[in-house]
Amino acid sequence: MINVVWFLFIAVGIIVAAFTGNIEAVTDSAISSARLAVDLSLGLIGVMALWLGIMKIAEVSGLIKAISKALRFVMVPLFPDVPADHPAMGAIIMNMAANVLGLGNAATPLGLKAMQELQELNPNKDTATNAMCTFLAINTSSVTLIPASIIAIRASAGSANPTEIIGPVIVATVASTTAAIIAVKLLQKLPAFQIKPQDLEEVKGQ
Amino acid sequence: MFVEIMNAISKYAIPFILLAIPAYGFFKKVKVYEAFTDGAKEGFTTAVRIIPFLVAMLVSIGIFRASGAMDILVKAVSPITGLIGMPGEVLPMAIMRPLSGGGASGIMSELITTHGADSLIGRMASIMNGSTETTFYVLAVYFGSVAIKKTRHALPAGLIADAVGLVTAVLVANLMFG
Repeated sequence: MINVVWFLFIAVGIIVAAFTGNIEAVTDSAISSARLAVDLSLGLIGVMALWLGIMKIAEVSGLIKAISKALRFVMVPLFPDVPADHPAMGAIIMNMAANVLGLGNAATPLGLKAMQELQELNPNKDTATNAMCTFLAINTSSVTLIPASIIAIRASAGSANPTEIIGPVIVATVASTTAAIIAVKLLQKLPAFQIKPQDLEEVKGQ
Repeated sequence: MFVEIMNAISKYAIPFILLAIPAYGFFKKVKVYEAFTDGAKEGFTTAVRIIPFLVAMLVSIGIFRASGAMDILVKAVSPITGLIGMPGEVLPMAIMRPLSGGGASGIMSELITTHGADSLIGRMASIMNGSTETTFYVLAVYFGSVAIKKTRHALPAGLIADAVGLVTAVLVANLMFG
């Protein structure tokens, strides 16, 4: 899926650009996007180090285990393949909490920590597990209580009531999170998304 | 009242976590400074590992955006989205949203400046933007950080969730402000 989408963006983009006369803009955009990707990644280093450090303290002190235990009634049905007391559960919970509160800076490092923990449970290191797909579906559709950046744009544009969108955003994100969970649980049963035996063979052969 | 409580929570959440976790560790007799630096040293490798995945994703989206293919896509999809009450002006933002957070915010700012923050279009764009995520970016970064190449059903599930979020945003906006 991702291979097709990725290729189509490039192929359609370049063919359309040839007809619309935007071909130079495409060249500029390709180069500046590559630079932006590196800037974004390197910009993460500091904040990643901060949150991974804090998470390590939470892990060593047993705090993460305690939190996962308290929330196991939600987490175990969502992530049946992950042991209830695995550190991945704690990292997922912390990431979800950061997303709900609109703490974008904290959410990404905590989420990447969760992915690393989930990867430890993964027998096939280049293929996503069901738990990873579930986590990402919930993550990208996250229930949001405070859409901070949107409120800021509205306030600066002179809205009489910049926060009036909070209620509707909560309704829409509850709907999208519900859809995400249903979609991911149904899609993981489809034959097209099963992990194929030949993929496993490849890994063994390496 | 609810809004004030929410704002207070988002203001104090990070300082609270930065205090609470080391404090808990300290009382559990963890060597907090050593544990912190031990965890923090993974920050660099994680950030660097994302680079190839993010370059691949942002370059292909950048080419698509700059080509003008977006306008063609908007024209093709607008008859369908009109049926659920989405004004044509908001559609480019809806299509941009999963691809580029900055791009979607740019379109939203433009719509708010042209139509007013408190117009139906301004409100709908705000709600739609707040209700969805930059799914392609998140998948590239999260899977990239652990070198996952076969992403299975993560992308379709994320896009279905985005579509449901967008449609709900349109319906709620029309119901409340239409």
